[in-house]
Amino acid sequence: MKLYTLTLNEARNLLQKKEITSTELTRAVLDRIRETDDGIGAYLTVTEEKALKAAEKADLRIAAGTAAPLTGIPLAVKDVLCTRGIRTTCGSKILENFIPPYNAMVIERILEEDGVILGKTNMDEFAMGSSNEHSAFKLCRNPWDRTRIPGGSSGGSAAAVAADMCIGALGTDTGGSIRQPASHCGVVGLKPTYGRVSRYGLVAFASSLDQIGPLAKSVPDAALLMNLIAGHDPRDSTSVPEPVPDYSGFLEEGLQGLRVGIPREYFEIQGLDPDVEKAVRGAIETIEKLGAVQVPVSLPNTKYVVAVYYVIAPCEASSNLARYDGVRYGFRNDSGAGLLPMYCSTRSKGFGPEVQRRIIIGTYSLSAGYYDAYYGKASQVRTLIREDFNNALKGCDAILAPVAPSPAFPIGEKTDDPLNMYLSDIFTLSANLAGIPGISVPCGFSGEGLPIGLQILGRHFDEGILLKIAYNYEKATDYSLKKPEISPGK
Amino acid sequence: MKITAAEVFHVAQLARLDLDAEAVERFSEQIGTVLEYMDTLQGVDTEGVAGTSHAISLTNAFREDGVKDHLDRDAALKNAPQSDEEHFLVPRVI
Repeated sequence: MKLYTLTLNEARNLLQKKEITSTELTRAVLDRIRETDDGIGAYLTVTEEKALKAAEKADLRIAAGTAAPLTGIPLAVKDVLCTRGIRTTCGSKILENFIPPYNAMVIERILEEDGVILGKTNMDEFAMGSSNEHSAFKLCRNPWDRTRIPGGSSGGSAAAVAADMCIGALGTDTGGSIRQPASHCGVVGLKPTYGRVSRYGLVAFASSLDQIGPLAKSVPDAALLMNLIAGHDPRDSTSVPEPVPDYSGFLEEGLQGLRVGIPREYFEIQGLDPDVEKAVRGAIETIEKLGAVQVPVSLPNTKYVVAVYYVIAPCEASSNLARYDGVRYGFRNDSGAGLLPMYCSTRSKGFGPEVQRRIIIGTYSLSAGYYDAYYGKASQVRTLIREDFNNALKGCDAILAPVAPSPAFPIGEKTDDPLNMYLSDIFTLSANLAGIPGISVPCGFSGEGLPIGLQILGRHFDEGILLKIAYNYEKATDYSLKKPEISPGK
Repeated sequence: MKITAAEVFHVAQLARLDLDAEAVERFSEQIGTVLEYMDTLQGVDTEGVAGTSHAISLTNAFREDGVKDHLDRDAALKNAPQSDEEHFLVPRVI
């Protein structure tokens, strides 16, 4: 048995029955990374020594009989989450040498349970992108076809899960950055409700939209990771003090009588790939056969989603990224001409083109004379989009939809055309604007053998219903079990 | 054009970004296309609609204003590009 292929639940059972040790498992995954990642580029930093030490500690805890659910499990963490003593770059030159003095809340949770952190995964710079091509350091390739993008911005985490270079992973989702790469890489990815997981120690991109969530090999694995990271944290003032259910507890429930909404507008989108439509419609039929009832729903403001998001997110980003001034941390470029020129040259040399574009769009949209027309208008239309979902979810328990209009596109296809790249986010952005949870679960393959995901959206704090539908569907199909064949070499 | 090269240059300066002529030209075109697309919002009737700045309605999260442990100075200065043992150092301002 190749230990690196284990799901999180399988690994946990074997660890707790003492049939394997965390050290064996961690070594197997580290070897896998060494053999495979040159050709993929999922990791920016691998912390081999720290991982083996953590595994040793986990083995002692398991031997002592005090193991927690994640004890000894090797995990990958997106490089946007602060890890004390481990470089956290955010995929940006401006943070190339940044070593956080504290841990993000989700990292604290992993360490409390003696989970094993393998390293930090590749991403679009400051999580801005849908292809991972905006990483300042290296390309990340799709394990299913290395000429294609893995999706973004959590491309490294999704590729690491798909290529068995970790047992599970954490990513972040501001406009689809967990769900879209999960769909493109054939893994499970869950964006929780806004406020469900503390953003403490998450490097901010767009603070009203950012949320941390799991990428996993199976739906039960995603549920276990949610149990780990969900909960209130006073250090994030937008974290919500709602009780946290046992997410694994939802999995065994059936779908009888559940109403699933099918949004008409999502299937009328121009450019919806026929393979994607076929796979998603097939999944809807399967879910109906499992006992759910289809309900037609309408999300009439869908046509404004991309415009609203690409005003609001850059506005928030331009403000959040003002902190990178070359003074307290990060890169500095000083020509000796004084303070103001130092700020300007630090930021121009430290940020890549996509980040600069978004800072300019955001600054422009917030500037005097344009604020009402752009930010003000977008935040009003955001209210209409939220109301669309409130109304639709009154008549159904969850909404079924595609994740992305097409399977993973070829590397380089959209890099010179930002608007075209933005338009590919049409199905994922609204969950962030409305603050609702969404999951992507594998639901088929394109004619070219590329994975396709089904998206399930729900009411605020209804992650349990999403996991239940996703798990019933996953059990009835075998798409989550399929693995890419990765040829050796670069 | 939705945004001129001069406007892009000016906004970049406000955001403390130095752009060379080539970047100004490329950005004006790309950002112009994006802003034109944003104009689809102008036709939406939002009369009387309140804006959303956060999707989850939370009231203020208050806490006691107490003394707590914080990062010590060495840790806070450790990532600074330039510091002495007590301060962040910046280029001369005046």
